[in-house]
Amino acid sequence: MILRPIRAMEPEVRRVVAATMAVNVAVGIFGISFGVASIAAGADVLQTCALSFFTFTGASQFSAMSVVGAGGTATAAFGGAAILAARNFVYGLAMSRMLHFKRPTVPKRLLAAHFIIDESTALASAETDDRLRRIAFWSTALGLFIFWNLGTLLGALLGGAIDPEVWGLDVAFPAVFVAMLGAHLRSRRGQVAAALGALIFVVLVPVLPIGVPILAAATAVLVGAWPDSRKRGAS
Amino acid sequence: MTDTRLWWMIAALSATAFGFKALGFVALGGRRLPVVVERCLALIPAALLAALVVKDTVTIGQDVVLDERIVGVAVAAFATWRKLPFLVVIVAAMASTAAIRYGLGS
Repeated sequence: MILRPIRAMEPEVRRVVAATMAVNVAVGIFGISFGVASIAAGADVLQTCALSFFTFTGASQFSAMSVVGAGGTATAAFGGAAILAARNFVYGLAMSRMLHFKRPTVPKRLLAAHFIIDESTALASAETDDRLRRIAFWSTALGLFIFWNLGTLLGALLGGAIDPEVWGLDVAFPAVFVAMLGAHLRSRRGQVAAALGALIFVVLVPVLPIGVPILAAATAVLVGAWPDSRKRGAS
Repeated sequence: MTDTRLWWMIAALSATAFGFKALGFVALGGRRLPVVVERCLALIPAALLAALVVKDTVTIGQDVVLDERIVGVAVAAFATWRKLPFLVVIVAAMASTAAIRYGLGS
């Protein structure tokens, strides 16, 4: 279905595929920045590509390599990235209620699970029709997987040839995090959790081993336990 | 960190990431969690990404260091606020930090 020429598709399907492909290409270019940054942080090409292929969740990959680059331990790098990956659990729950396969075999569901990330969840949940939702999901899942991995490989191969500081590459990590953070600051709860997370981190940085303050910052999610205010419902 | 340790980290992270995805999608699929738990989980990106921004902007190891990175991250924040495309945000941040470094002749 995805491989059929776009012109031969019905308008609704074409719209969905066009939207997902735009995201896929953008993510591919973004993958280049991960490849370059990961090499700069001290990983080799194979390790960098393995992260994109098997871990396949961008924010966690960036987070892990950012801690590795700063000289943190493997445990610290893993801890922060693993907590960040926990949001994929929430996406999985949401998608299991929305994505209905015609023949939902266990292997197929396990395969689909690997592709449940920010973008595929966002684009699939934007559709209301069951079939278009499946098309949006698979088109993002497979397209993004291919582009993300090709981008990573290209970036990793380029990486060694680039001096990170001269090109401002050291701000690629925080710039990526800022861009991702934007969407989570629309609700009051999100703003409070972000401010608290940043504060906890900066206070603990001088006193705790590298990577541990990131884990401590995760306690800011307890803002979610606060009862709803009267004027507005759940954020 | 040694090469072997980095490989172990990658393996553990990959297994964990897949575990979370499959737990939500395959194992617990369709079941509802307490509202408070879902609300806390939904805040993970906000809390962690903000901490990561601070980490990569004003710290080096365990020291708080203020340098040219702040300019790039401020530019990224502005570009994100203006809803510019992802790539523009990153390139603008890198370019502004690089330009200031070059200008200061460091």
